[in-house]
Amino acid sequence: MTVAGIVFSNIHDRNIPELTSRRTMASVPFGCRYRFIDFTLSNMVNSNIYTIHVITHYNYQSLMDHIGSGKDWDLARRSGGIKILPPYITAYDNNRNALYATRLEALKSVHNAINHMKEEYVVMSDCDVICNVDLNDLIRDHIASGADMTLAVKHMTLTPERARISILYESDENGRITDGLPYPADFSGEADVSLNIVVMSRTYLQQIVLDAIAHDYTSMTRDVILRQREHRNFRVYHYDGYFACVSSLAEYYRCNMELLTNDFARTSLFGEKNRPVYTKIRNSSPTYYSQNSSVRDSLIADGCVIEGTVENSVIFRGVKVSRNSTVRNSILMQDTYVGENVLLNGVITDKNVLIRDGRMLSGCDAQPFYVEKGKMI
Amino acid sequence: MYNKKECVAMLLAGGQGSRLYTLTESTAKPAVPFGGKYRIIDFPMSNCVNSGIYTVGVLTQYQPLVLNEYIGNGEPWDLDRVSSGVRVLPPYQGKDGADWYKGTANAIYQNLNFIRRYDPDYVLILSGDHIYKMDYSLMLHRHKECQADCTIAVLNVSLEEASRFGIMTTDDEGRITEFEEKPKQPKSTQASMGIYIFSRSVLEDYLQRDDSDPDSSKDFGKNVIPAMLRDGCRMFAYPFEGYWKDVGTIASLWEANMDLLGAVPKFRLYDPEWRIYSRNNALAPHHIGAYAHVSNSMITEGCEIDGVVENSVISSGVRIARGAIVRDSVVMSSVVIGEGATVNYSIVDSDAVIGAGAVVGRTRSPSEAITVIGSSIRIAPGTDIPGGAMVNAAFLQQEERGKD
Repeated sequence: MTVAGIVFSNIHDRNIPELTSRRTMASVPFGCRYRFIDFTLSNMVNSNIYTIHVITHYNYQSLMDHIGSGKDWDLARRSGGIKILPPYITAYDNNRNALYATRLEALKSVHNAINHMKEEYVVMSDCDVICNVDLNDLIRDHIASGADMTLAVKHMTLTPERARISILYESDENGRITDGLPYPADFSGEADVSLNIVVMSRTYLQQIVLDAIAHDYTSMTRDVILRQREHRNFRVYHYDGYFACVSSLAEYYRCNMELLTNDFARTSLFGEKNRPVYTKIRNSSPTYYSQNSSVRDSLIADGCVIEGTVENSVIFRGVKVSRNSTVRNSILMQDTYVGENVLLNGVITDKNVLIRDGRMLSGCDAQPFYVEKGKMI
Repeated sequence: MYNKKECVAMLLAGGQGSRLYTLTESTAKPAVPFGGKYRIIDFPMSNCVNSGIYTVGVLTQYQPLVLNEYIGNGEPWDLDRVSSGVRVLPPYQGKDGADWYKGTANAIYQNLNFIRRYDPDYVLILSGDHIYKMDYSLMLHRHKECQADCTIAVLNVSLEEASRFGIMTTDDEGRITEFEEKPKQPKSTQASMGIYIFSRSVLEDYLQRDDSDPDSSKDFGKNVIPAMLRDGCRMFAYPFEGYWKDVGTIASLWEANMDLLGAVPKFRLYDPEWRIYSRNNALAPHHIGAYAHVSNSMITEGCEIDGVVENSVISSGVRIARGAIVRDSVVMSSVVIGEGATVNYSIVDSDAVIGAGAVVGRTRSPSEAITVIGSSIRIAPGTDIPGGAMVNAAFLQQEERGKD
C-alpha cells in the first residue's frame, strides 16, 4: 500500500492576521520549538508517508526556509520526499488559474501534479492541525470500511468562536456521514468537529478534481461531501487525542498555555512512543539557568539563558531573560531578548523582539499584548 | 571521482578510555556524552567543519557500535558530501593478513590508502577525547608559512601539570628543538595537545619507516615525532590559547562539564560563530514543574524537572521527580531520578534509574570522590550508594552477595 500526502499551507491565514502577515499559517511558531506544519508533517512521516506535496499560495518564504530540503523530517529523498507546489499561474490562461481561496480550488490549481501521482491512497491535511494522530490507523479504517472518503473528527464542546472556524459532521451509528455544518455562524455545544484530515483513494481524488474543474465546483465540503453524501459512502473516523486549531490570537495564546496547564495536551502531543514531533534543527546549546534564576511551570526550549524569573510561560529557542526581570503568563518566540528589570505579563513576543531595560508590558487572556517580529520596545 | 583536497583530517577514535571505567564499558571514549546534548567527538568534528575541512576519516576500534551509529552519514555536521565527507575507518583484513590498530601511528599507516585517494598536501591528526574549540585553518596557515614538515599544537600548562604531557622546547621562531614525553623534570610548559599537521609526503615516509621498525610501539608521541626531530625535520609549535581539556578521566570529565556553568563559563557552548553540531533526537522542549528549583545548571530537550537541580548538567530526556535533589552532578540522557532521591557529586550514565529516596554520592568536598552510576543501572529505592563508588552490574551483584 502506498500513500501520498497533500498539505494546504495557507489555509486559515486570516484567523490570526497578527502572526500571518509575514508568514503562512503553516510556519506560525508554536510550543517552544515547533511550527504548525511540524505536527502535520510528523503525523505523515510517523505513518510512513514519505511523499508529501505542500500546496502554497502567498508569502511562503518563511515556510521554504523552515522546510529546507526536508531532511529534518526525513523527507529529503530521491524517490518521493517533500515537494512544494507554488501557485501555478500562466500568462496565457486569463484568469482561470487565479489564486485560490478554498481547498478544492487549491487542488484544481495543482491538478497536473495530482494527475501524475502514482500512490494508491492520498491523505490530505491542513497545516494547522495541532495533534498527534496515527494516520495508519485512519487509513486501515478507511480501507476496511470500503468508504469513498474518511474524515477524521473529534467530539468536542465548542464555543461560538471556535465553531465559526470548524466544519461539523453528523453521522449515523455506522459512522456514515448524514449531514454537515460548515463554519456555523452561531453554534455552541457538543459536536463532531472535522480535524481537516481526510483519506481517499488517489483515483477518487483525481475524479473529484476533474469534476470540480468541469462543473466549476469550489468547495470540498459543500460541492462534494454534502452534495454527494447520499450516493457516496463518506465516513468519519473518531480521534480522541488532543486537537487544537487556532482561531484567533487569544486562542493561540490559550493553546500554548494549555501545554502548561493540561497534562493531557502535553502527553498527547509529545508523549506518544514512536511518534515524535520533528522540527527544523538549530543546534542550539542546552539552556542555562543562572545562580539566581527562578523558574516554574514553564516549557523552555534549548539555547536560552535564564537569569530572571519565569513563571507559567512558553519560551522558544535562543531567548534571553536578564537579571531582575520577571516573565509571567507569556509566550516569548525565538531570539527574544528581555533586558534587566523588565516585567512581562500576558505578552506574546514574535521572533527577534528586544525589550529594553525597565519596561513593563501587560496583557490578559482575552487580549494578550502582542509585539510584532523584530520590534524594539 | 575523488577531487584533490588540500587537507584531510584523521580523527583517532579507537581508544578504550579505560580510565573512564564503567562509562566506557560498552562505548568508545569519543562517544561518551558531554555537555547535555553532545558527545565528545562532536567537538573535533565541528571544529573540522567550522575550519573548512570537509574530509574526515574516523579511526575506530574499541566498541564501535554506538560511535558508528552516531556518526552515521555525517549529516549533523554537514559531512554528508558528494566527493568527501566523513568516513568511518575500522581495522580491516588485507591480503597480507589482518591487524588491529597497534598504535596511533599504525592506525594512520593502515589507512594511507584512504588519505592517498584525496591526494592532499597536508594531513591533520586529531584525537577524539578533547573538549575545545579551535580553528585548524589558522594552524594550517602557520604550517605553510613556516614551510614546516610537522606542526604541533601546544598549550601553556602549569609546571606541576607539565609532567603529564608531551613537552616541547622551542627556539625564538617557534621551531621545536626538543620533545619529551611525560618528563619528570619538564624544561618548558608547552604541552602537546595531540593535534598534528604533517606535510603528507613526510608523513608517509616516516610512517613507512616506523612500521618497518620492530622495536617501535607505533605511536606518534613516542616514536614518530622523536624520530623526525632526530633527523632534523622542520617541526614547529603552534601555540593555542583558549579552553582545552583532555576528558580521559572521571574527574576531568566531571570538571569539563562544570566548566560549562557559571555566569561567565570557562568554556562557552553558546557561540553562534562557532557552533558545535550534534545528532538530534526530536525531543519536546523541557518542562520545569511547579515544585522545581533550578540554579546554575544546564538543561536540555525532553526533560521533566520537578525537583531541585543545582550546579549540574542535565542531558536530554531526564526525569527528576518532586522532592529529588541533584547537586554538583552530570546526569546523562533518559535517566530517571525518583521522588525524594538525592544525587550528589556524581556522574549518572544514560538510562540509569535512581529509585525513590535513594542516596547517591556525598556532598562535594576536596576529600570526597565522584560517584559513578553506570548505564542502565537500577538503584533500588532507599539504597545508599557511598561516595566514590563505581556502580556497574558487577558492583550490584557483589552488593547482593554481601547481603546473603
